[in-house]
Amino acid sequence: MLERWIWVINMMNLTIRQLEEKYPFVIGYFEENKLDVEAHKDKTFQEYLDTLSEDYVEEWAINKEKLAQDLEIYIEQMKEFLGISEDLGVNSLTILPGHDKSGKEEGFGELTINKSEIVSIVGPTGSGKSRLLADIEWTAMNDTPTGRTILINGELPDKKWRFSSNNRLVAQLSQNMNFVMDLTVREFLELHAASRLVEDVEGTIARIIEEANKLAGEKFNLNTPVTALSGGQSRALMIADTAILSSSPIVLIDEIENAGIDRKKALELLVSRDKIVLMATHDPILALMANRRIVIKNGGIDKIIETSKEEKELLVELEKMDNIIQSMRNELRNGGVLHA
Amino acid sequence: MNLIVFSGPPSSGKTSVILKTIEALKQRNISVGVVKFDCLYTDDDVLYEKADIPVKKGLSGALCPDHFFASNIEEVVQWGNDLKLDMLITESAGLCNRCSPYIKNVKGVCVIDNLSGINTPKKIGPMLKSADIVVITKGDIVSQAEREVFASKVSSVNPKAITMHINGLTGQGAYELSTLLYDEEQNIDTVEGMELRFPMPSALCSYCLGETRIGKEYQMGNVRKMDMGD
Repeated sequence: MLERWIWVINMMNLTIRQLEEKYPFVIGYFEENKLDVEAHKDKTFQEYLDTLSEDYVEEWAINKEKLAQDLEIYIEQMKEFLGISEDLGVNSLTILPGHDKSGKEEGFGELTINKSEIVSIVGPTGSGKSRLLADIEWTAMNDTPTGRTILINGELPDKKWRFSSNNRLVAQLSQNMNFVMDLTVREFLELHAASRLVEDVEGTIARIIEEANKLAGEKFNLNTPVTALSGGQSRALMIADTAILSSSPIVLIDEIENAGIDRKKALELLVSRDKIVLMATHDPILALMANRRIVIKNGGIDKIIETSKEEKELLVELEKMDNIIQSMRNELRNGGVLHA
Repeated sequence: MNLIVFSGPPSSGKTSVILKTIEALKQRNISVGVVKFDCLYTDDDVLYEKADIPVKKGLSGALCPDHFFASNIEEVVQWGNDLKLDMLITESAGLCNRCSPYIKNVKGVCVIDNLSGINTPKKIGPMLKSADIVVITKGDIVSQAEREVFASKVSSVNPKAITMHINGLTGQGAYELSTLLYDEEQNIDTVEGMELRFPMPSALCSYCLGETRIGKEYQMGNVRKMDMGD
């Protein structure tokens, strides 16, 4: 406690210039709060706030006291965020059973998923997939309607996963997702990289576009507006971006549509970035790629099925069929004529 | 009785979030009523009625809805007392993004959506900056990157708030919000003498008083001119 107190006093005695040197991310804080500190770099933050006239404060709805307190909290949060991205964090996710909607105990002992592993989720609409995803996102501790408990690295998780806005446990990719920003691919990735406090922005962007283009049926470049990307290109960019830039160790996927994207490579990319992948799908090619699948029924996990050898063999056949369809699709796109 | 003040831009998903949250509260046998404040029109009261939730609506008409809120909140609290509610939720749409209806020592929740644009957190004043909990909606239709960027912008203008993602359609996250809202210890039976968290803008020019004619001679009271350069 005393240590924190000394830290706060020291920080509050720094000039804005010193603050910006020590914690470059505070520039974002000043910008987002529309604080024009340019001419006041040699003042402390409090001294700067004192220069704001009463009229100005009223005009722009500024709360000086809160701004000063928030700066402290912001710096602490960002420091913690940077610390966490350095140590690798999450190696495994464990789900301990609860009960279904009728109170019946779930049909499994315990389910541990390690990083770089894919588990698929099957079950009819309304069966409780959203609830399972919410339990994971909220790191349920026998305190949600299902009574499930989530462990991280085999232990009860830190509450920070619930409340921190920068350290989300879970990234989501769903089939309804669209880009809504009016930016080019480059601007978009720069913005995302800045919010993740990435140091090598150029390198990261190059990496993402390279990976995205490996997944997409049609290639695109950095100057394409994100809203002009095709469905397949969008999905490819989202997946590559989530794999490389997102800090969340767990990725929840809600179906990946088949068109314009190499889904096998997409999953391989996520897995190669040490993600834990949970994928809700009824597409046999995707579902069988996972070694295990969770069957959901009446709000609970009914059972967990290991993908059998026979199913894996079947998968090879399905992939062959899929390849035929994909190559015909490409042929058509390029103006070709199909033959039996 | 618990009192919770919900606020947020129009169409950000406040009603959906509240409905899903009340569903979770009802399962714990907590009785909840809602008072909806709006300016010209709302039919959200029908949605609450359908869900069997006691509801009142207040249309501010020619008045600023947040000013209207402040002048009516005590009566609203008394209505909640009469119904012996465990929790009373007020819902109001911020119109100009300058006011906020939050009251000191009463939980304030701001609902904003991912679709509203990346600079929205910057544009919204005390309604976002002085909320205790910020709920971000419509995360299922934008990319993960946009969700992350949006959340980081929110936390840079209000790092103290708890930020949550809620899907108003499936209710994912609403149960979790419900656990943060209900507080057995809190018992508010009046707001008389309580204070707003942030003063509302000082207005009152001739147009506030119903003037419709345009021109210098009709501009009176608190008038400010734009700087148009030379």
